[in-house]
Amino acid sequence: MSVIQYENVCKKFAGSSKYAVDHVSAEIESGEFITILGSSGCGKTTLLKLTNRLYDPDDGKIIVEGVDIKTVDPVELRRRLGYVIQQVGLFPHMTIKENITVIPSLMKWDKRRMDERADELLKLVGLEPAEFRDRYPHQLSGGQQQRIGLARALVLDPDIMLLDEPFGAIDAITRLNLQNELLRIQGSLGKTILFVTHDINEAFKMGNRVMVMNEGRLLQFDTPREIVQNPADAFVKSLIDSARTQEKFWEGAL
Amino acid sequence: MIADIANYISTHSAQLGTQITAHIGISLFALIVAVVIGVPCGYFASKSAKSEALVTAPFEILRVVPSLAVLILLIPIMGTGVKPAVTALTILAIPPVLLNTSVGFRSIPEFMVESARGIGMTEREMLFKVRIPGALPMMLAGIRTALVEIVASTTLAAKIGGGGLGEIIFTGLGLNRTDMLVLGGLLVAALSLLSGVVFDVITRRLLRYKYV
Repeated sequence: MSVIQYENVCKKFAGSSKYAVDHVSAEIESGEFITILGSSGCGKTTLLKLTNRLYDPDDGKIIVEGVDIKTVDPVELRRRLGYVIQQVGLFPHMTIKENITVIPSLMKWDKRRMDERADELLKLVGLEPAEFRDRYPHQLSGGQQQRIGLARALVLDPDIMLLDEPFGAIDAITRLNLQNELLRIQGSLGKTILFVTHDINEAFKMGNRVMVMNEGRLLQFDTPREIVQNPADAFVKSLIDSARTQEKFWEGAL
Repeated sequence: MIADIANYISTHSAQLGTQITAHIGISLFALIVAVVIGVPCGYFASKSAKSEALVTAPFEILRVVPSLAVLILLIPIMGTGVKPAVTALTILAIPPVLLNTSVGFRSIPEFMVESARGIGMTEREMLFKVRIPGALPMMLAGIRTALVEIVASTTLAAKIGGGGLGEIIFTGLGLNRTDMLVLGGLLVAALSLLSGVVFDVITRRLLRYKYV
């Protein structure tokens, strides 16, 4: 059964004549790793924010786990969907442990349960709990902060994770590590992941299916292999060609 | 001269104690009132350009009027004593508190608010967990400015019978007593510096995360 369904979803921002998201329909199965690929302004982030009701669609509907999200309280919905953004957005005045357990503390979990959960998640994202739990965000590197962002999003054990260019501001080597860790985490926890990126290599490496978007429209939604072999239109083809050109550059350089 | 000052201290120690206590009391009271008014107004001002203009304009105008003039102008309305003194000092202290609070709330990056909302905080939870702590450093800087200004300006309160260390200075002026003038001036300066230092210690405790 599909865990997320987009049905003719449209979103137009005030003052803009064009759709940010233009009649998008798609179905996502449980346990899938979906990457949403497109250049900036293509609507990929908007589609993600429509999914956790940071925006509401002008038309169409989004069904998450069988329920039209329009009928769900946004706060309750967001607590069921892990959310990570590029700038991470850790709270500078809270320790790492407090950052990870900020929502549980609002939900009045008892202290011991929060401590255990924080340590468990720190281990999961590859950071030594004893070393990191009482530090503050500014004492961590960008890659470490993004790991904490991931841990914070996982704290309530959501079945679905929404990740908006989480590794966009991270250097190439660290990004490679984080990508592999995320794949490992997804493999072991069986989460459904929606992962926005503008990097075609990242999109094709991470996603078992890839949504290619341009100017608000979903051009193609298929496995990486299928997209490479049968690009849906000229735009998708040009995207693949540009990636190929880059590859040639590396071969030429060696 | 130093002997004169020492002599004055030893003969007037009880009176000096009262004056210092009164000076601190008036200053703190004015500061608290300024914070109680300035912080909510600053929060409201941070909401939009329109609300900022609405809130800051009256205080900006009032601030241009010299404190001494405000004191004298308040006499026909409030009479003499502590009440008009505290009112004048509060008017003086509100703008730095208000403006810094407003800047503090505006300085919180949009992505921080968005990630807080995205992980499932209600607007109310965001106010207390993210916005107020985020605005706090700027807010405290504004309160510090206000505090130091108040402690220095409380001297003027004595002019209209409000008490405090200004009494020594104004009496010294009247009697042409240099020892009293120097002592009063030194005490006000010391109190002003000390209040700044004490406030810094409190700030460092509140913003501990910045100093690790």
